[in-house]
Amino acid sequence: MSERSKTMQSLSTPNLIRKAPENFLSQEAIAQINQHGADETRRGFLRKSFMAALGGVGAAGSGLALANPQGDPAILEKQIWQTTLGKNVATEPYGTPSIYEKNLVRRESPGLTRVSAASVAFTPLQGLFGIITPNGLHFERHHQGWYNIDPNKHRLMINGLVKNEKVFTMNDLMRLPSVSRIHFIECGANTGLEWGNVAVPTVQYTHGMLSCCEFTGVPLSTLLDICGADLKKGKFILAEGGDGSGMTRTMSMEMALDDVMVAWAMNGEMLRPENGFPIRLVVPGVQGVSWVKWLRRIEVGDKPYATKDEAIHYIDLMPDGLHRQYTSIQECKSVITTPSGGQQLFDKGYYNVSGLAWSGRGKIKRVDVSFDGGNNWRTARLETPVLTKALTRFNIDWVWDGSPTIMQSRAIDDTGYVQPTIRQLRAVRGTRSIYHNNAIQSWKVDTNGEVSNVQVG
Amino acid sequence: MKPILASAVVATTIFLNGTEVNAQTAPAANKSKPYMNMGRNATPAEVAAWDIDVRPDFKGLPAGSGSVAKGQELWEKQCASCHGTFGESNEVFTPIAGGTTKDDIKTGRVASLMSDKQPQRTTIMKVATISTLWDYVHRAMPWNAPRTLTVDETYSLVAFMLNLSEVVPDDFVLSNKNIAQVQGMMPNRNGMTQKHGLWTVKGTPDVKNTACMANCAQHVAIGSVLPDYARNAHNNLAEQNREYGPYRGVDTTKPPVAALPSSGMLMVSTASAPPKAVGPADLFKKENCSACHAPAAKLVGPSIADVANKYKGVANAQAMLEKKVKAGGAGVWGAIPMPAQTQLSDADNKILVQWMLNGGK
Repeated sequence: MSERSKTMQSLSTPNLIRKAPENFLSQEAIAQINQHGADETRRGFLRKSFMAALGGVGAAGSGLALANPQGDPAILEKQIWQTTLGKNVATEPYGTPSIYEKNLVRRESPGLTRVSAASVAFTPLQGLFGIITPNGLHFERHHQGWYNIDPNKHRLMINGLVKNEKVFTMNDLMRLPSVSRIHFIECGANTGLEWGNVAVPTVQYTHGMLSCCEFTGVPLSTLLDICGADLKKGKFILAEGGDGSGMTRTMSMEMALDDVMVAWAMNGEMLRPENGFPIRLVVPGVQGVSWVKWLRRIEVGDKPYATKDEAIHYIDLMPDGLHRQYTSIQECKSVITTPSGGQQLFDKGYYNVSGLAWSGRGKIKRVDVSFDGGNNWRTARLETPVLTKALTRFNIDWVWDGSPTIMQSRAIDDTGYVQPTIRQLRAVRGTRSIYHNNAIQSWKVDTNGEVSNVQVG
Repeated sequence: MKPILASAVVATTIFLNGTEVNAQTAPAANKSKPYMNMGRNATPAEVAAWDIDVRPDFKGLPAGSGSVAKGQELWEKQCASCHGTFGESNEVFTPIAGGTTKDDIKTGRVASLMSDKQPQRTTIMKVATISTLWDYVHRAMPWNAPRTLTVDETYSLVAFMLNLSEVVPDDFVLSNKNIAQVQGMMPNRNGMTQKHGLWTVKGTPDVKNTACMANCAQHVAIGSVLPDYARNAHNNLAEQNREYGPYRGVDTTKPPVAALPSSGMLMVSTASAPPKAVGPADLFKKENCSACHAPAAKLVGPSIADVANKYKGVANAQAMLEKKVKAGGAGVWGAIPMPAQTQLSDADNKILVQWMLNGGK
């Protein structure tokens, strides 16, 4: 019996599943199966299509009635992976996620930008666990498109107010004493779409310009030391990227000497090209635009540089018409990621509510969660590790009684700063700002189990 | 291989001989920092090639000049397709000019930033420093061919942008000699502040919330929700979540479910959608064609619809365009050249051209 007919037979075994309605497969899928047979991907797809065509019968886990009194077909039936030989080692030499994880990918927000080479792709926070962002899901933001830069042709130059203006190759950089640290990176515009009102449906689009990785590289202070930086006159540095936009950012020498690093690795592998391969700047606690990708030059100077992204973009318009320049620190913020906007709950009862908290000024001290729109709060469990300028995972128990609920999280950092409401932020900054929105996020759970993005107040 | 092996042996020998050898080879002054001689000195030509930034005090600005008239000519050829003839376009990027007045030039504060009258902030409304314009145009423009403008062309284009904003007259010539005077006329030159708590970790935050735990809000009111018509604006959210586990995506192709599904019902609506085959549209995106060509609107290059219309019924269009895609070129749709797509395989090129000639279908 062929694989295909075995599958078809097991799917249509009497008493387990009702007979399929006609046309549950598209013509395209039928043609594919006729031509190539039912491989693992198609077989999984067949089964799912079948279930969908039946209107979703099947048992949905504990506590729910079984369609077949004998038990769950997932247990009673021999599954293909139990009765046949699986794939060889190194079939996928670099490995990819399960085919059942295809929905969790970086996504652009439709209509946000007209050209994808100067755009953003958001991290799917609604599906992530712990605090580390998988490298393939780290958010992307480019100004003039990305390249796979040849590391043998990449150079880092340090010039300006230094004793010796120097050039480093990747060979030089990777021989230097390195450090590895876990830090979050957040775009200054993260949640910026929501300054005026609710604009996007899910946590991927509201908060997904956020990632957290273990970065490995050489402290910038080491490189400045090697070049003999003039720390008396040199009060600022300019970091410049090697891409078409030649992205440039000013930062104070104080910050540059503190915990900034020139990193080549992210979560144990080299940086991905989309995230700055072969080197990028890591500027803990500071908005992502300063983490210059494809870093090619550091200049030491005595004045700030006021380049495009610090004089035209990444400036905050205040109600009095003044623009704030060099706003950089990402203040204490948190968000519930599950459940979150655009998700559907099926039933009442127990849920583990989970989310992320972070602060550009230090460590997370506490996270409180409200299930009544901010009237009453309970303190959540902080999961370890709790690191400075890194994401911190929090969890809290919730037994849903089926009534409408507005859930919020509120983070507090070790400076004592308490995450503000959108109302408090607007009172100072107005509604026409774009950047640095660290307001408390509200998710509404409706009686039908649908979770949506709302703003309270 | 031989030299590497040889040096490995030497290194081992040094190691076996103990620390004395290392101590002798390391610079005496940097015993604790044995890496201090890493990297090599940059040559003056190398520094000159890369040190292209221009600061607000004009440090780094090369000598040169350019007229408004020359700027207009260049603008129409190189810039207008993205930024509009008058810098007003909002099609590709936010507008360059507009929203400033003669009065703003006097005060150095853009009045429209203090009200909601102006729907969008333009570059000239925001920028306080002329060096910023000069630096960015020179380092990163045109968008699809950065760093191809000469120094004089950059002066011309900056002059033209300021002329569009009525900062300089039609017959103006901007140069390194008069740029400081023009800085004194920038409409928003007094519109920036660095007095805030968000530049350093030690800065003072704007707001001070308290960690109230009980009876904190007398009245909880929802002020803003996503409108119903936007339900599917981010495509089907069911396809953007796991299809297993407690939190599934809402099927936004359908109205909200009437009641809590519960009692064993599984929402597997997305499973019936066949997996998307990789088609020409995906290839178009992957090969970066969509950076310049949109389905119906002109971006940097012509729209797919325009290309399809132009070559409708033209014999040899397929072969001619395949050649053109591979080699690149300019002139048919304006002066901005299409870069040569040498990376494209012949098979993919054929598929893409066929697809474009078919109007992207």
